[in-house]
Amino acid sequence: MTALLQTRALAKAFGGLKVTREVSLSLEAGARVGLIGPNGAGKTTLINLITGVLPPSAGSVHLYGEDVTHLAQPERVRRGLARTFQITQLAPHLAIGRQVELAIHQREGSINRLFRPLVAFGAVRDEARQILATLGLDAAAGRAPVELAYGQQRLVEIALALALKPKVLLLDEPMAGVPKGESRIVLDALATLPADLAILIIEHDMDLVFSFTRRIVVLAEGAVLAEGSPDEIRRHPAVRAAYLGTAA
Amino acid sequence: MHATVLTFDAPTRSRALLPYAVLLGLGAAVYWLFPGQLPLATRIAIMAIFVMSLDLVVGYAGLATLGHSALYGVGAYATGIFASHISGDPLLGLAVGALAGAAIAGLSGLFLLRYDGLTFLMLTIAVSQILQNLASKLRDWTGGDDGLTGFTIKPVLGLASFDMFGRTAFVYCGVVLLVSLFVMRRLMASPFGLACVGIHQNRRRMDAIGANVRGQLLRLYAIAGAFAGIAGALSAQVNQIVGLDSLGFELSAEALVMLVLGGTGTLLGAIAGSAVFMTIHHVASALNPYHWLFIIGGLLVLVVLVPRQRLLAQVKRRVAGFPNVRGASASKQVA
Amino acid sequence: MQQLANIFIDGVSYGMVLFVIAVGLSVTMGLMRFVNLAHGAFAMTGGYIAAWLVRDHGFGYASGVLVALLATAALGALLELVVLRRLYRRSELEQVLFTIGLSFLFVATANLLAGPQVQLLPLPPALSGSVDLGVRTLPAHRMLVLGCGIAVLLLSIHVMARSRFGVWLRATVDNTSAASALGIPVQLVYVLTFAAGAALAALGGILGAELMPLEPYYPIKYLVLVLVVVAVGGLGSIPGSFAAALVLGTVETTSKYLASEYGSLFFFAAVALLLAWRPQGLLRARG
Repeated sequence: MTALLQTRALAKAFGGLKVTREVSLSLEAGARVGLIGPNGAGKTTLINLITGVLPPSAGSVHLYGEDVTHLAQPERVRRGLARTFQITQLAPHLAIGRQVELAIHQREGSINRLFRPLVAFGAVRDEARQILATLGLDAAAGRAPVELAYGQQRLVEIALALALKPKVLLLDEPMAGVPKGESRIVLDALATLPADLAILIIEHDMDLVFSFTRRIVVLAEGAVLAEGSPDEIRRHPAVRAAYLGTAA
Repeated sequence: MHATVLTFDAPTRSRALLPYAVLLGLGAAVYWLFPGQLPLATRIAIMAIFVMSLDLVVGYAGLATLGHSALYGVGAYATGIFASHISGDPLLGLAVGALAGAAIAGLSGLFLLRYDGLTFLMLTIAVSQILQNLASKLRDWTGGDDGLTGFTIKPVLGLASFDMFGRTAFVYCGVVLLVSLFVMRRLMASPFGLACVGIHQNRRRMDAIGANVRGQLLRLYAIAGAFAGIAGALSAQVNQIVGLDSLGFELSAEALVMLVLGGTGTLLGAIAGSAVFMTIHHVASALNPYHWLFIIGGLLVLVVLVPRQRLLAQVKRRVAGFPNVRGASASKQVA
Repeated sequence: MQQLANIFIDGVSYGMVLFVIAVGLSVTMGLMRFVNLAHGAFAMTGGYIAAWLVRDHGFGYASGVLVALLATAALGALLELVVLRRLYRRSELEQVLFTIGLSFLFVATANLLAGPQVQLLPLPPALSGSVDLGVRTLPAHRMLVLGCGIAVLLLSIHVMARSRFGVWLRATVDNTSAASALGIPVQLVYVLTFAAGAALAALGGILGAELMPLEPYYPIKYLVLVLVVVAVGGLGSIPGSFAAALVLGTVETTSKYLASEYGSLFFFAAVALLLAWRPQGLLRARG
């Protein structure tokens, strides 16, 4: 089974501070991999390295076998690598329906069309509506992020990522900041993600991690501490010590 | 400065045509009822095109610039030089002005758009100042401090020559204004326009969906440059003189003031702001060249201190229509 | 050789004047995060008041300058208290527009009060002559400018780094609510900083009255110049403003002497190059 996404000995240091140490990961089609670890373990940095926001100090990133280490972020996105942000990054005053349409236009290349009005792109609008509908946001399509609950904003992040029809999706703490009462909608949304999508999810919410993922990678101090099935990780002594010890 | 939600909904046909109807009505009123004001109205029309092009950059794409006059002045000089040496045909001259503005915008944009914030602002000033000083040095081409003169403009379409009452000039500039408005609105109503707004509101998000942010901004800047160049070209043709002040900082600053007075992100605000500013300038500077600064200074201070969102939002929603970057259109009828 | 020396001295003097005017703006923009495009108005005010006192009311030069500095500081403090502090939370564009409007008001007021002509500030005999340094003679006024520039540099660095006020200012800038919880009088810090910046601008306006004539359009005319020094030097960096002012002042003076038909082209080319090389400023502020 070929890996859709692979990192080989990916490393990052800021001066003398080693933030990521020789991380090698692999994601195949349909993967559901959780990335957990204590705060400061370097999880978001790893995502930034994979997506190209940060250049690595060493190592490489491969998409579908091709070395993309020197490609800028937008380039990697166009090749099917999408991510969501830990702190919601949306256009705050733009209707979410239009934001999803924008992502579709970008994917289709029609973002460069100068003279055809937005409203003439019926197919794009329908697709955007449909994506929002699967996430239960259909009624809010005309509202802007500033008018939505935080949980709904997190969903819009996911909607935008889906609109790109990625093959690899990196979810950076989709539950972060979501009030307890709204967490259900995010969980339901994750369940609707396409089966053949390779997903890497960073999360602190252990319920989510253990129910959603089939493989877990534990990161501590920038290096992979352990990797295995949820059960194996649950029982792993070093992991328990480093991380799960005080939690449930 | 934007607190309203943008939906990019399409207005009804009547609402979309309203701005043109209003402008045509005003134009007709000036032409027949106040013919003595034709020169002022013509200057307003030219400035409106310039400020609309600034709105594309500042209001839609969110790039604060104080160097926009570079594009206007380059268009003006290019047209004047074209008329002096090659042809006095006005429509060809317009094309030359547009090309010159777009070219300088494209070239300087390659450099400028690597930066943002205060650095970008300062660099836009630097570029326009460099061009102004260069124009001063190249007196053989530009006439230097004395300005570029001595070129004549042929009749428009071979029919309407520029008369001393300014009738031809007014209609000519008015038509160009309406066409420019139409084209710019159409542009901003496209996926491209939506992307510019997206870039304005959250660049990281645009990167994350794979958009080529710098490429988009460069194209927008070049388009804005074309329209600024057209405004400069009109000025050269109508006045038959081009001065160094067409590349000056004062022009850039005044245009920004006009834009903000009228409201950013609507294109129509640019027209309104130009009209208000230039009328006040015209009236007040007849009294005393300094006193009008009291009025403009006071207006600016008031505009910032008093949130006029609520006051003007109502008016704007009725008048502005689509693509109204300032507010959700009152009509929810999506085409 | 003689000309090179003249260029150098004039360039450095010009740079010193620019620095003294710009340093207050660098601190306000960089540390208080407030874009005040009316800053040049303080320079003009200082010059106008000094000129009026010395020329029309028989004040001695030193006392006239002192009163002018205090009056401008008071004006700055008043403005900050009454108006400007409401704008700290507003967007940069709004601050820009408001302070441009304020500049316009200053310009119109200056004209209203004193007419459109240039205000002359007569130098006392002590400063009108030359000082013989052995190696060469320098105009006394130039020496004063040089001395003031260096004094302002050293004093402001000292205040920022060592004095209690400097500690307060840096703490306030880093985290206003924490600073205030620690008992630092945040509002007072802002007012004093602003007033100090205004007073320094006034000093610059007075010192530079020969190079930058005092007339109503002063705040607008020299706005770009001051902004550019601040941006190139780095917002909030006092040594940065000093370096930028010296470099740019020298470039401008040199080009005036040697290539005047190019006007300020080399100045702005230098600005563009410096900003392209160091977009954050020559010496980034610690903030």
